[in-house]
Amino acid sequence: MAKATFQPVLLANVGKPDSHTLRAYESGGGYQALRRVLREKSPKDVVDLIKASLLRGRGGAGFPTGLKWSFLPEDHPGPIYLCVNADESEPGTFVNRMQMEHDPHQVLEGIIISAFATRASTAYIYLRYEYPLCLKRMQTAIDEARAKGYLGKNILGSGWSLEVYIHRGAGAYVCGEETGLIESIEGKRAWPRIKPPFPAVEGLFRKPTVVNNVETLACVKQIVDRGLEWFKSIGVPPSPDNPRDPGSYGPKLFGISGHVNRPGCYERPLGITARELIERCAGGVWQGRKLKAVVPGGLSTGVMTADEIDTPMDFSGPLKVGCLGLGTGCLIVLDETYSMVDFLYNSCRFFAHESCGQCTPCREGTHWSVAMLERIRAGRGRLKDLELLLEIGDTIGIIPGTTICGLADGAAWPIKTAIRKFRDEFEDYIKRTNPGGYATVHPVAWFDGSETTEASGTAACR
Amino acid sequence: MPTAIIDGRELPLPEGERLNGIEAARRAGVEIPHYCWHPGLSVVGSCRMCLVEIGTRDAKTGKITMQPKLMPACNTIVGDGTVLVTNSEKVALARARVEEGLLLRHPIDCPICDKAGECRLQDYHFQHGQDQRRADIRPFTSRRRDIGDITLFVDRCIMCSRCVRFVNEISGTGELMVVNRGAHEEIDVAPGYPLHNKLSGNVVDLCPVGALADKDFLYRQRVWFLRRHKSVCTRCASGCSIWIEENQDHIYRVRPRENMQVNRWWICNDGRYGYSYVHDPRRLTSPTRRAEGGRTPIDWAEVVAEIPGRFRAARRPAGVISPFLTVQEAFLLCRLLHKWHAQVVLAVGPGPLPAPGSEADETFPGGFVISAEKCPNRRGVEAIVSHFAGGLIGWGELLDRAGRGEFDAVWVSAGSPLPWISDEQAGRFSGVEHLVVQDLFPSPLSELAAFELPGAAWAEREGAYVNRRHWLQKAAWAIRPPAGVRTEGSLFWELLGREGLYRAETVLEEAATEIACFSPARGPIPEEGVQLTPPLIEEPIAPPPRRDSTPAQP
Repeated sequence: MAKATFQPVLLANVGKPDSHTLRAYESGGGYQALRRVLREKSPKDVVDLIKASLLRGRGGAGFPTGLKWSFLPEDHPGPIYLCVNADESEPGTFVNRMQMEHDPHQVLEGIIISAFATRASTAYIYLRYEYPLCLKRMQTAIDEARAKGYLGKNILGSGWSLEVYIHRGAGAYVCGEETGLIESIEGKRAWPRIKPPFPAVEGLFRKPTVVNNVETLACVKQIVDRGLEWFKSIGVPPSPDNPRDPGSYGPKLFGISGHVNRPGCYERPLGITARELIERCAGGVWQGRKLKAVVPGGLSTGVMTADEIDTPMDFSGPLKVGCLGLGTGCLIVLDETYSMVDFLYNSCRFFAHESCGQCTPCREGTHWSVAMLERIRAGRGRLKDLELLLEIGDTIGIIPGTTICGLADGAAWPIKTAIRKFRDEFEDYIKRTNPGGYATVHPVAWFDGSETTEASGTAACR
Repeated sequence: MPTAIIDGRELPLPEGERLNGIEAARRAGVEIPHYCWHPGLSVVGSCRMCLVEIGTRDAKTGKITMQPKLMPACNTIVGDGTVLVTNSEKVALARARVEEGLLLRHPIDCPICDKAGECRLQDYHFQHGQDQRRADIRPFTSRRRDIGDITLFVDRCIMCSRCVRFVNEISGTGELMVVNRGAHEEIDVAPGYPLHNKLSGNVVDLCPVGALADKDFLYRQRVWFLRRHKSVCTRCASGCSIWIEENQDHIYRVRPRENMQVNRWWICNDGRYGYSYVHDPRRLTSPTRRAEGGRTPIDWAEVVAEIPGRFRAARRPAGVISPFLTVQEAFLLCRLLHKWHAQVVLAVGPGPLPAPGSEADETFPGGFVISAEKCPNRRGVEAIVSHFAGGLIGWGELLDRAGRGEFDAVWVSAGSPLPWISDEQAGRFSGVEHLVVQDLFPSPLSELAAFELPGAAWAEREGAYVNRRHWLQKAAWAIRPPAGVRTEGSLFWELLGREGLYRAETVLEEAATEIACFSPARGPIPEEGVQLTPPLIEEPIAPPPRRDSTPAQP
């Protein structure tokens, strides 16, 4: 792949004057793909096209989009719903925001095409509460599109109708989980549902539902517009060793934040290395400092060390260095001055705060990990705490099977990777801050700082 | 035949039944611990206590493939070739970790908790928990919050959400909810909308820990002192199966007994808290005779000696057979009166009773019905009376005839816990010379009676009841009657001149042989009861409403 020839498509309109307006979007060829789809293609053609493209969901899990669509029942008599996951609340992630603020019509066209492919009659955009400009611009885009006949009844004379509604979240991270999102749209508490049944069978209002990320839907529009060959010419082909690997085709938006010179949102082909992203796109680590760690794709994917940044950023790359996956593709760069204890504390605090509290291992595990890290930071840590933290990290989550949704995996991976990869730093910190008691193996009294010795710890235990 | 494999043992699966992992394992004799799952509620799979290893056996090759991760048994439908492993090291560790998690912030105030002794958290901790606490969090609060009918110990809650699902799915009232998030979650009600519905007591039984506590039972008895007895609720014609829990002849609580044919897992608050009349100090405790200027207590021996002669010598005797009597007692009383005087007039009463299948029945979204008819055995008593009398006389007709002075001896059996007769109605009996009233409480009628006999309450009697859908269930006696009170059964037994102690089973057998519609009750009766074939009497009876066998979806 010659990088010089890569042209951004998802962000192509960003930076143009009034890029969020319908006029600007149409002048760049907008809604032509929709016209062509409605004129020439059947829903099944679009599903087959997306299936053949091996497009993988950009929201974090990387599930093949075409496959997800094909799970919908063929002849469902009632309504089918499309939910657009715009609840972009993963720490460090802001690429959907760029799309919705600067190119809302591209997202909307993707939504309309995808709704056509999934035979959905209603689409709900679940929009993060903290994105007021996105709300304004998406709503304007919907109004403009409806006025032009791209939305509403009998779209462009095809006889097919679609309504798009924006549902604003209320600031809960767990609403980004697809069944939590569905519950939230239904007006309930966002407690993710146990699967099966999967949303494709029984989702929003107990009807078949597809939940897709904003960026995925924008990719759908690009694939329909530019074709299969174009899409497959970008990215990483499936690994020949693994017949079930769908590869990592297509362009991807990478957000880079943290201690870099030029943080921002960059569109690059999948498979680019983290080093390239940090050094070329983001202009390297700030203030001439050295790199310490990188979070590859949103906080829940864990951390990579400075030695691991040659990892290709595709759907399988970060897995090879022990991270949860590509995630949202949004890097958080930490420079050498940043303490990993603080990093982990902040991470655990976030997940404990955002745990929906339904499953015991996640509710209690995230809370316990914060309690331990608070104590470590208060100078009363023990080396044994690291083992306990690792045990929590290894046992909570949907991957070991102890929770309903993946939030706990997101909480577990920073714990696991930070402690395993920066063990020396944690041990040094504990020994330095708690020289008298770091070696104790007994529970430590939590509420009063005086009881840190082994004896009183034993008393508290017995 | 489809077969599942549970811990290496083959379990043949019954056709046409959808069992989840917990139910299937139970059939195989394996108990999978669980908190949030309840057969009557929707599956949420959130407590993660029922995690097991799941695999499938290939039907052709017999090769077993296990899934790498643990799965909740409650959300796994067991089909042909499903493999469940519940006793592996991995499962044991997962259970221990869930227990550890649940106990992180639990107050562990078992010594002052009502649930101690029957608490899932306690039991599972001893069965599956770790022996040492590794956490440094030392919880010590046990906030109590009044949320309406029930009191909530906020910090004991383990967030199984059973109570929330109950009020959404079964009672349909939706008062309870979860507030806050993560480790700060609590059960609560919206301000101004307390938990107040006719089924609210069930959330206490559903609560696997001591978070939801019954105000009626709170701090009154340790559960391990209670003995429980299988009984039937007599507060309405639904006839729910219940446990009566007592200690030394004092009832402390009444709880639902699972009976898929009648009440499933629930009872209403009327039945749950309606036992208190049993211990009411105003109850009659001695037979009395009308005397100059009041009533004189007499001995039971006098009753047995005197009453038969009066009825035998009567010109026109009548009997009022109460629908609060059991099948056996009604049968014996009818036989007795018939034996004394062949021309005896038998009526079912007392009190006006709503028509069968009345619209006033209260049906809840979960299928539970509180019957408008507030007597437990109208169907059974009507069948017996019509067998002996060849037809039915209602309470109204009897009152009219009594008012006309038709009867000179009347036996009125009552037993309603509520006041049931007005002064005006009682006055119609003023001309009856030999009036025998057998009741729990003094009433305007018992004032007039020549003999006032104390009756026993339902918990003190043994017998069978036929509910509004002709379902016959046995009830055991739970406590002894107060001193001076004889149970109806034993009195009738003696008056009939039978030998030995009153034996309810013999009487039921006798009734089942003699009365055609009771024939299904012959022989041993299963715990859940038997269906009698309607119509029990010639009079047309509205067909029973169909009961939906599946729980209503929210």
